Amino acid sequence: MTDAQDPNGEDVELELHLLLESIYRKYHYDFRSYSEASLQRRVRAALVHFGCPTISRLQERVLHEPSIFTELLRYLTVQVSDMFRDPTYFRAIREKVVPYLRTYPSLKLWVAGCSTGEEAYSLAILLSEEGLLEKSLIYATDINPESLRRAEAGIYEVERFVRFSENYRLAGGRGSLSDYYTASYSSAVLDRCLKKHILFSDHSLATDSVFAEVEFVSCRNVLIYFERDLQDRAIGILKDSLSRKGFLGLGMKETLRFSAHADSFHDFSPEDKLYQKL
Amino acid sequence: MASARRREVIVMGGSAGAVDALATILPSLPADFSLPIATVVHLPPDRVSDLAGALSYRSAVRIKEAEDKEPLTPGCVFVAPPNYHLLLERSGHLSLAVDDPVHFSRPSIDVLFESAALAYGPRVLGILLTGANEDGASGLLAIHRAGGQTLVQSPESAVASAMPSSALLLEPRHDVLPLEEIGPFLLQLHRTGWEA
Repeated sequence: MTDAQDPNGEDVELELHLLLESIYRKYHYDFRSYSEASLQRRVRAALVHFGCPTISRLQERVLHEPSIFTELLRYLTVQVSDMFRDPTYFRAIREKVVPYLRTYPSLKLWVAGCSTGEEAYSLAILLSEEGLLEKSLIYATDINPESLRRAEAGIYEVERFVRFSENYRLAGGRGSLSDYYTASYSSAVLDRCLKKHILFSDHSLATDSVFAEVEFVSCRNVLIYFERDLQDRAIGILKDSLSRKGFLGLGMKETLRFSAHADSFHDFSPEDKLYQKL
Repeated sequence: MASARRREVIVMGGSAGAVDALATILPSLPADFSLPIATVVHLPPDRVSDLAGALSYRSAVRIKEAEDKEPLTPGCVFVAPPNYHLLLERSGHLSLAVDDPVHFSRPSIDVLFESAALAYGPRVLGILLTGANEDGASGLLAIHRAGGQTLVQSPESAVASAMPSSALLLEPRHDVLPLEEIGPFLLQLHRTGWEA
């Protein structure tokens, strides 16, 4: 046999299971009900990064070298985001949801799984242009402390703003995105007046519960990383956080259709993935 | 063939020319086709696609865009939506993901194939079609190493040969068939009950 024999799927599943159990018991991060296939991929990338031949070897290091865990979190969580990503979603919020939001004396909104903050800032800009930011507070939560730090800094590579600006325009932006940031050299920092309406904090849809009542929750491309049971737990938290007639926004390929909580929502604008709590 | 175990799922991928290749292969399959097929085709990101709709036109098998956590049902062709990776779960479900592109591609064929190799091992039949980059080559190798069956469209019959050629460069023992014979080959396996 000259072929390198890959370990079989069952062994790898067992090793992954043990790693996730260790992480949960020692660090209280719960990845045990995450979708396995993409998690396996990200763990494989971590094995390469840490120079570990097997998941078991990585588990040993994670247990004995806590500093490794912070670095591993970067691989376990997905940090893909853009400002005004899926412009039609933001356009729909502006055109269809904002008229409802206007009727409230004060607003609380929640970006669940905010990663490095792009969506929270996009929402703040949208609210600002609709004259609602002054009475709004946006909670932006994630499980990765490093992502939260970057989100709070609000500094992004300047070349990303080409795409951000195009998205902003397609999302129905009223001005120019450059009104909201200051660029210097290779990076651009978002305005303080946006930041002071965003509260970045640590929250896990897998282990934490409701922390505030909000009128709008945006939770996009988070649920696809969960197994069905965890999806239901998470949607339950989002639902319980919403005030009556509050709005929920999901990712473009996510749906409430298969969820245990589907009956608690009205298909407000299904093509935009916007749902309204009954 | 590496294993005599029964195949339970087909994964298929391609890039340049693959829409036409699928339009050649899929009409050969009957409505009661016994295996599920998960498919990744690279499309230009600006092209708003209804690939499933376009392919359904002449096909008896059901063809639909894959949804997250959907069961992998036999006789159905699941097409990865644009801008999402498609993966197979051990539980028999499909998953979508927005992780970074692989080989500049999302969906990526390697992502689908590697997830299939891990979740289904020898129960996978992987088919790599025409394409102009090397996405899919290492995924097909993973299926081969896991004891699955692997088939490559012959580079001579491909609109773009880079993809099948890359796969054969990594592993010359993949089966090779010209495009017109892939559909009949699947039909034959369907009739004989997928014993390799």
